[in-house]
Amino acid sequence: MAGPMKMRATLGSGYTDVRVLMSHPMATEQQTKGKPHFIQNVTVKVNGKTVIEGEISQAVSRNPVFSFRLKGGAKGDKIQVSWLDNKGETNQTETAVA
Amino acid sequence: MKRTTMWTAVSAAGLALALAPALAQESPFAKYQQMTAEGSPVELFELVGEELWTKPQGPKNVSLEKCDLGMGPGVLKGAYAAMPRYFKDTDRVEDLETRLLHCMTTLQGRSPEEATQRLFGNADKPSEMEYLSAYIAGHSRGMDVSPGMSHPKEKASFELGKKLFFHRAGAWDFSCASCHGEQHKRIRMSALPVLSDPKQAGPIVATWPAYRVSNSQFKTMQWRINDCYRQMRMPEPKFASEATVAMNMYLTVTGRGFPYSGPGTKR
Repeated sequence: MAGPMKMRATLGSGYTDVRVLMSHPMATEQQTKGKPHFIQNVTVKVNGKTVIEGEISQAVSRNPVFSFRLKGGAKGDKIQVSWLDNKGETNQTETAVA
Repeated sequence: MKRTTMWTAVSAAGLALALAPALAQESPFAKYQQMTAEGSPVELFELVGEELWTKPQGPKNVSLEKCDLGMGPGVLKGAYAAMPRYFKDTDRVEDLETRLLHCMTTLQGRSPEEATQRLFGNADKPSEMEYLSAYIAGHSRGMDVSPGMSHPKEKASFELGKKLFFHRAGAWDFSCASCHGEQHKRIRMSALPVLSDPKQAGPIVATWPAYRVSNSQFKTMQWRINDCYRQMRMPEPKFASEATVAMNMYLTVTGRGFPYSGPGTKR
């Protein structure tokens, strides 16, 4: 079962700052003796339209935190972030730009 | 060609240092702490803690929502910043975890054995106390740390904690002050604060409980005290005992007055 996620999206002048937290063991190949468990894909959507499709690796820490800045944006825009790990587990969270 | 690239890199680094004298003067440890704080996943622990706070449990199948942390039943705001403190119903001084244990055994009807079965968790499975501590402490952000200091039992607890802090014992003849009593001591990257000095104890008590970046675990004050005793090679202190609460009381009273900014992030 996937643990909680948390996200904040705040509007600046001409940009939107997003900070998202994910619960995940992010276990490496070495730690698990060949049975790694880590997030592979992170997808960011704004109002349903994909703006970031990221691939991350085992090198990212447990319970990762990502911060990034999106161009533009308006109050109330729906930001959705989802992840998919190498075992096919997934989770997502959604928030409105404030 | 390779040499040219290297020289470019070196001069770029030199330039960056020259442009940021403030950064160069700052200790690398402070920079590291700032970076870990920015990437802190503490809020995730608070979310799970909230679930546990409202989840009916134990033989009575009730949640902890009516637990009185000193501000009235169920009041979370500022409760952590005012602990440890004297509680009339139990006639003793309690810190957060001690009080939670009291609520688990009374409100929820759980046995002390069951409620203390797994006090300290690990990275894969944090403990109930750890999640709850994160959630409750989060409700004191920005409020001054002001433990109870007026009741005779609060005063007695402080005095006992002070004695324990300087009491040398165990296989190594250590006391807390052996490590936390002199300026500029450290263990690897961890600076050891002089905890009898209010200025140094303040930022410490204002940031516990905390997330430990190096092992991805959320740690509580009862754990911190327990593990210091292990490091001193002393017998393990009992969870929520008069002694551990007194130690917490001594540290919190010494470092009082700083605005609470936890749950923090440690190395």
